[in-house]
Amino acid sequence: MLDAPKKPLVRVENLKMHFPIFRGVLKRQVGAVKAVDGISFDVFEGETLGLVGESGCGKSTVGRCVLRLYEVTGGSITIDGTDIATLSGADLRAKRPEMQMIFQDPQASLNPRMTVGSIISEPLDEHEHMTRDEKRAKVGELMDAVGLARRFADRYPHEFSGGQRQRIGIARALALNPKFIVCDEPIAALDVSIQAQVVNLLEDLQEKFGLTYLFISHDLSMVRHLATRVAVMYLGRLVELGDAETLYMAPRHPYTQALLSAVPNPDPAQAGHIERIILEGDVPSPANPPPGCTFSTRCPRAQAVCKQDSPAWREIGEGHFAACHFIE
Amino acid sequence: MRDHSATVLDVANLKTVFNTRDGEVHAVNGVSFYLKPGELLGIVGESGSGKSVTMMSLLKLLPMPPAEIREGQIEFDGRDLRNVSDDDLRRIRGGEIGFVFQDPMTSLNPVFTVGFQLVEPLRLHMGLSKAEARKRAAELLELVGIPDAASRLKDYPHQFSGGMRQRVMIAIALACDPKVLIADEPTTALDVTIQAQILELVKELRQKLGMAIIWITHDLGVIAEIADRVAVMYAGQIVEHAEVKELFANPQHPYTRALLETLPRMGEARAARLPSIDGQPPNLDHAPTHCEFAPRCKHAFTRCRKENPKRFEVNPAHDVACFLAQSGGSTDA
Ligand SMILES: Nc1ncnc2c1ncn2[C@@H]1O[C@H](COP(=O)(O)OP(=O)(O)OP(=O)(O)O)[C@@H](O)[C@H]1O
Ligand SMILES: Nc1ncnc2c1ncn2[C@@H]1O[C@H](COP(=O)(O)OP(=O)(O)OP(=O)(O)O)[C@@H](O)[C@H]1O
Ligand code: SF4
Ligand code: SF4
Ligand SMILES: [Mg+2]
Ligand SMILES: [Mg+2]
Repeated sequence: MLDAPKKPLVRVENLKMHFPIFRGVLKRQVGAVKAVDGISFDVFEGETLGLVGESGCGKSTVGRCVLRLYEVTGGSITIDGTDIATLSGADLRAKRPEMQMIFQDPQASLNPRMTVGSIISEPLDEHEHMTRDEKRAKVGELMDAVGLARRFADRYPHEFSGGQRQRIGIARALALNPKFIVCDEPIAALDVSIQAQVVNLLEDLQEKFGLTYLFISHDLSMVRHLATRVAVMYLGRLVELGDAETLYMAPRHPYTQALLSAVPNPDPAQAGHIERIILEGDVPSPANPPPGCTFSTRCPRAQAVCKQDSPAWREIGEGHFAACHFIE
Repeated sequence: MRDHSATVLDVANLKTVFNTRDGEVHAVNGVSFYLKPGELLGIVGESGSGKSVTMMSLLKLLPMPPAEIREGQIEFDGRDLRNVSDDDLRRIRGGEIGFVFQDPMTSLNPVFTVGFQLVEPLRLHMGLSKAEARKRAAELLELVGIPDAASRLKDYPHQFSGGMRQRVMIAIALACDPKVLIADEPTTALDVTIQAQILELVKELRQKLGMAIIWITHDLGVIAEIADRVAVMYAGQIVEHAEVKELFANPQHPYTRALLETLPRMGEARAARLPSIDGQPPNLDHAPTHCEFAPRCKHAFTRCRKENPKRFEVNPAHDVACFLAQSGGSTDA
């Protein structure tokens, strides 16, 4: 696994997603929320790319764009050799089974009036031609894979716990044998004691089916555990990307440094001994991002140039990227 | 054991039940804890373990019915809170005991300015004049780190960011110099960088104001950072209680141990696999008749399924409700 050549399964180049803002009775467009504003990254086959950053920085929008749930404003998204940013109709439909999504809120993403069995087999009805028996068998296999007893197939989502509901969502995402899954905060709504169960399941499934994950989360310690590489986002842009070990041990971008230092350390013996970078203020609005480096309004290292020139996204070490004027 | 004379809040054997159409929900099952002036007691436990209901029971902040406080003593600053008049209770709420609720958006009233919401309790509880109250309100906003405080008094809650709303909530809770501040998951909905700001603020305020704090969270990292003592809740009971360093260094209850093990740590090498706790928390349709953690406990033995363990003292700063810990590891009983 380690020695295999790294092959990008997903390649995102200069992706932009701007949501128009309309005002007035005539609904004139008066601006745009630059939710994603020119970002590029690869996801290698079989890896987990973690995507982290504060609320509203554009993580979910990236995930949705990559699955083409939005008409993107600009850029390209190549999955397994096909640019899906411009695909439409039947071509896009044919590509859909390869890429799936697991959502944050297992409650909201499952239809309460459908049984677990029919929720899991719904994608099969849409994309496969299977007999009723074949479908039943497949649903059984999927329930086994995610650790749900087959006898639960006729029950409804509200009869399950949060962790079990998330398993149902995962089983459905696996139904069409996808290669690539976007996990958007899949454990955020779960209890600590249940989170580990779901994370372990995601890891087992990755190994078993050779899955590739884009794992979106604001839980930095869980990302550290799960991710092969990590991308850090701030206000619609990537500020740093590198392999998980390097990024957590030696973050180079001032925002990454502050973000990681803000995570409370579950060790009271060290409380008060850790140097913490406390950022002032809040994240600016993506409808009106500051000029130059978007982090300059909060950056402890900002200089005059930062308020004028936007720093370039460049490789600062092998496979390690960042955007800051002051990284050697 | 505990020195009752030195406590500002002392709760013993609190039991709260909800009478719902589907039957009873035993949310709080004999909870006892105390709080000394100036200290910070952290309460951890997963969703539904009874953290919020315990605290709301103290001040009768629950809808009754369906809620019913079945048993227990609640002593606050020498008074028996279960038997004070409604008027007194109202004075204590938001006056001597400040409360920061779990959801800032539902607890700040969207139709009133932040200034009004700060000025009201000051006039009601402290008897300040309008001008005095406005001055104090501005000071309070400044205290919690809101820039340009005086001019922001006329703004409405939606004009503040999530982190700032939480600061406003803290300012309101602090308005009347409470002896006790109860903060229910005040940072859970916030980003880590904003959470770090709030934790810094709380450390600073403790030094300046010296009130006692109860801090509810499910984040052991936050507890490690700010708590003096910790109570771990499971299924409506405190299953372990210790000074913070002792709890992290020497956890006794299998649930506490498992919680600490399942935490991925930032600074350490990556574990091959996260230790997890199988199963789920129990439903609370009856009062506990056995150890409620037994179905998920790797060490459960016969006695655990027959009897509900009482808290027993490991040392004066540490107690735990577990038969295994009590018997020093023997499962013969
Ligand atoms: N459909 C939409 N229309 C308009 N604006 C949107 C839309 N979706 C997202 N946004 C805006 O784009 C920005 C990025 O949102 P997004 O949901 O991607 O953030 P996020 O990083 O996933 O945040 P969180 O951690 O809170 O989930 C936000 O300012 C959001 O308000
Ligand atoms: N109004 C109510 N009617 C019936 N049951 C209730 C009511 N309020 C709370 N409960 C139940 O009481 C139990 C304890 O709830 P509580 O809100 O105290 O949990 P918590 O520990 O604060 O959880 P969280 O971390 O999710 O905030 C839960 O099982 C909950 O479903
Ligand atoms: S470019 Fe300037 S403002 Fe931006 S991160 Fe680097 S030092 Fe900070
Ligand atoms: S009392 Fe028994 S079941 Fe309960 S935690 Fe202790 S060993 Fe486990
Ligand atoms: Mg999101
Ligand atoms: Mg609660």
